[in-house]
Amino acid sequence: MSKILVKNKENDILLNSEPIVKYRNVTKSFGDTHVLKGINLDIHPGEKIAVIGPSGSGKTTIIRMLMTLEEPTSGDILVNGTNLWKMDKNGSQVRANEKHLRDVRGEIGMVFQHFNLFPHMTILENCMSAPVHVKKESKEEVRERSIKMLERVGLGDKLHFYPSQLSGGQKQRVAMARALVMRPKIMLFDEVTSALDPELVGEVLEVIRDIARNDEMAMVLVTHEMDFALDVADKVLFLDQGVIAEQGTASDVLEHSNNERVQSFLKRFRRV
Amino acid sequence: MNTNFRWETFLEAFPIVLKGLGMTVGLTFACFGFALIFGFLWIFLRRIPNKPLVWLVTWMMEFIRSTPPLVQLFFIYYAWPMVPGVGVTLEPFTCAVLGIGIHYSTYIGEIYRSGIDSVDKGQWEASTALNFSTADKWKKIILPQAIPPTIPMLGNYFIIMFKEVPLASTIGVGGILFMANSYGALNFAYLEPLTIVGIIFLALSYPSSILIKKLEVKVNTRFDKNAVLSKSKKKNSIQEINLEGSDHIV
Repeated sequence: MSKILVKNKENDILLNSEPIVKYRNVTKSFGDTHVLKGINLDIHPGEKIAVIGPSGSGKTTIIRMLMTLEEPTSGDILVNGTNLWKMDKNGSQVRANEKHLRDVRGEIGMVFQHFNLFPHMTILENCMSAPVHVKKESKEEVRERSIKMLERVGLGDKLHFYPSQLSGGQKQRVAMARALVMRPKIMLFDEVTSALDPELVGEVLEVIRDIARNDEMAMVLVTHEMDFALDVADKVLFLDQGVIAEQGTASDVLEHSNNERVQSFLKRFRRV
Repeated sequence: MNTNFRWETFLEAFPIVLKGLGMTVGLTFACFGFALIFGFLWIFLRRIPNKPLVWLVTWMMEFIRSTPPLVQLFFIYYAWPMVPGVGVTLEPFTCAVLGIGIHYSTYIGEIYRSGIDSVDKGQWEASTALNFSTADKWKKIILPQAIPPTIPMLGNYFIIMFKEVPLASTIGVGGILFMANSYGALNFAYLEPLTIVGIIFLALSYPSSILIKKLEVKVNTRFDKNAVLSKSKKKNSIQEINLEGSDHIV
């Protein structure tokens, strides 16, 4: 853990700008299980946030609610000042309908633990489908952009392969290219290396590192890769039992935290 | 009455019975097409988030499946015209398409449902994350994955329906069974014409079932197009993948 933390030079400027996403007292329960108990969180444009914590602490639920895959039990999530899960109807706030969700989630992209590539499309078609059908962009332009993106993740020679013909690491790189082609302002990474064989983790982390250094979008990474979090994240959140138990710069949380729960988690984690 | 099988009668009856084949096959296609479309309607109605409606539709499907198609056919043909307000007299052919088509649409709806349920939840989530509209989710992502695996099952139902279509002869639709029965009544010879009916059904059903088995194999390898085109090519691509994978380890 003796790495030198490369700080984002624009960090201070970014933090002064208006947050692109705000969580306000967000809770989530599944039946009697209270997964999240009041989350308050700001995501600034371009900010790279790593979310760590024991399994079952609600890490994944935080980003799934932002991607509209899970509805909060209470509280508000604001995206560019617009309430994601609620909308105005005749002056009162009601539950958002699909149209409202579609309007607001357009700037958010997500990469999943299990890739979720479309098996009936080639990897090029996987990348092209959403910009062409959702954003109605010109096919030629999207095609060019998709090829460039697949080249960037190191799969330029496999454009016409089907997902079933690729390794796990390759599939995950396609999934990242597919999300990036949509040019999101916020990218969510849900334990993207957890389903991979250990020898394939490196190639995926390398691509994320590349995105984190060169792209301006905000990133939220739910991860178990501590060294990696220390390397790329501006901010680290430690989640425990449904609350943000500790937050700060990566080195604050991962190296200098006095929080007992953080320490016992990191200790347990490093022993493995 | 003839008790012995006579080839003269067989040869005389054959072209007459065969005249009904067009009707039998046509009716099968009409019923199947109707069931394919109506099956979608059931599934669509059951997915509308409205509890009483879902309950009603589920109950209707159960009712249709639990009563014999022949009874439904008779109801539509004989009883429907007497229902006050909505009752209309329909052509026998239309009745047959409605009766057999609706009955089997409930089974076909179940097949669609099993296909849709077999699509991984992650596919829905990925298409939400890419902001697909609900219609595009179905059209571009879910149905292209849900329907191909059901094609062999749908094919089996096609053959089953082909064998059920003679029910329509009871309300006077002129298929091969109707022709054979008419010939038998006129000439007092049932053995030969009904044997012909059996032979025609066997001659059409059996090859169809073999065709469907072949289709099943094709469908099971559908996302692995290189595997179908050339096996050696696939071997190469696997080796490539392994090399690629090791190249990218950091």
